[in-house]
Amino acid sequence: MSTQEIRFSGFGGQGIIRCALITGKALSLYDDKFATMTQSFGPEARGSACAAQLVVSDSRILYPYITHPGILMALSQEAYDKYYSELPDGGVLIVENDLVKLQSEHTNLKLYRVPATRFAEELGNRLFTNLVALGFLTAVTKVVTDDAMKKALPGLVPDRFLKINIKAFEKGYNHGLEAINAAGAAS
Amino acid sequence: MDGDHALAEGALAAGCRFFAGYPITPSTETAERFAERAPEVGALFIQMEDELASIAALIGAAWAGQKCMTVTCGPGFSLMTENLGLAAMTETPLVIANVQRGGPSTGLPTLTAQQDMMQAKYGPHGDNAIIALCPDSPQECFDLTVEAFNLSEYYRVPVIILTDETVGHMHEKVVIPPADKIKVVPRNNYSGPKEDCRPYKFDSKGGHPMVRAGDGYNFHITGLVHNEMGYPVMTADQGKIVVTHLMEKINSNADDIIRLEEDQVEGADIVVVSYGITSRIAVKAIQDARKEGIKVGSLRLITIWPFCEKRINELSGKVKAFVVPEINYGQMVREVERCAHGRSEVISVNHCGGAVHDPEVILDAIRKANK
Repeated sequence: MSTQEIRFSGFGGQGIIRCALITGKALSLYDDKFATMTQSFGPEARGSACAAQLVVSDSRILYPYITHPGILMALSQEAYDKYYSELPDGGVLIVENDLVKLQSEHTNLKLYRVPATRFAEELGNRLFTNLVALGFLTAVTKVVTDDAMKKALPGLVPDRFLKINIKAFEKGYNHGLEAINAAGAAS
Repeated sequence: MDGDHALAEGALAAGCRFFAGYPITPSTETAERFAERAPEVGALFIQMEDELASIAALIGAAWAGQKCMTVTCGPGFSLMTENLGLAAMTETPLVIANVQRGGPSTGLPTLTAQQDMMQAKYGPHGDNAIIALCPDSPQECFDLTVEAFNLSEYYRVPVIILTDETVGHMHEKVVIPPADKIKVVPRNNYSGPKEDCRPYKFDSKGGHPMVRAGDGYNFHITGLVHNEMGYPVMTADQGKIVVTHLMEKINSNADDIIRLEEDQVEGADIVVVSYGITSRIAVKAIQDARKEGIKVGSLRLITIWPFCEKRINELSGKVKAFVVPEINYGQMVREVERCAHGRSEVISVNHCGGAVHDPEVILDAIRKANK
């Protein structure tokens, strides 16, 4: 991997920016990579479209924005509609299974669906949706190690919710491993 | 961490223990970080009633012996300019970070710009020599804040960090070295005999001690033209002495102050002169231009003021053109033009703010310059 570009998207309140922060911290502090995170920053607070972009590289990143995202995580319909066409053939598309209605089968992409909100609710609170999705993304993309991600959590999630966030991450991660196995068996 | 937080950490590392400010997007995160960290290091944080009071508090704190800082952006910086002039006139060391957002007026509060480059130097009335630095990353927000304090202490001058919303809110790894590896210029307080105490020395040099209020020395501080005791002397002759000193302590030491980053400038046909976030956008255009066989170099201004007059002058005539992208309607390009003396073409790639350039626009300008 030389450079990898990831877009995290959804609606405000889902913890989209937090996803990019955690992944960026994991990569740059614990996986020995360089990462630059920029975010859509506007007066909109909650409920509207929200996106963060992360550039990952083995060397120092000069140009800080994504131009050819290889990975898109879309946790809302609006985010999916807006960004899926950016992905090149072979790109990774991760969508929230219950919130996103696909416009096509996307046979040119590596498509993964994760019921992140439902899993989070099973853990007691839909606030953990982002960590489920992150665990899933970690498993299917391998752009970052699960170990680094878990190390990155303290300080970026409230201490009293650290354990449950790790649990949410692992639930998503394990589901991601199953998804890869299923995809492998199917092809 | 993001650039705003790195500004606060840089200040703390440099020994800043007093922060007075008024919240304004996109600089508030710096104040928040400082406020949170202040109790850990015995620092004082005050949220003032406005920006005028913020910088006034800084001037007071500086003469009471503290290294001090504030952060703001365009609208707040406008309010600070009156007392910025007072700080420059009274040779008060302090650091202001301007996390630039789109203007004029309240403009584009949450979006990026580089529109206050000239204001930093020419905002206050009267002749005014200050130092301004321009970081391109959260790491440089940390590093240059430390440097800003060091320059501010040595030259006893306000130092302005001209960053922008993009760098302020961009998250990257920031390496904070152990305290003993960070070069810090300590506050130099006069401690000699009372009869020799002079708060000022007009010799166009830096390195003069401050006199700390409360240490038992009698001295005076005023915005009026003054003598070495600080007392008003309102004559043209004294004005010449004071203004010459204020200007020349920066201008005549410009070589020591100015920092530039150059990449393939020697032998280049085209030199892109840029600063802050724009220099990182320009990189993409420069790389693409090189792929097309164009000999293009990059000159990044880390120090904005004093301007790198000498270097542009040296390069002018040797290069076909300077290409100057900046997120304003064309500000520093005027300085490049002035110093190029018509010997090289100077091409402005301006932008009205709210976003960074499309690298393609810079690439087109490079292509055009190369024709």
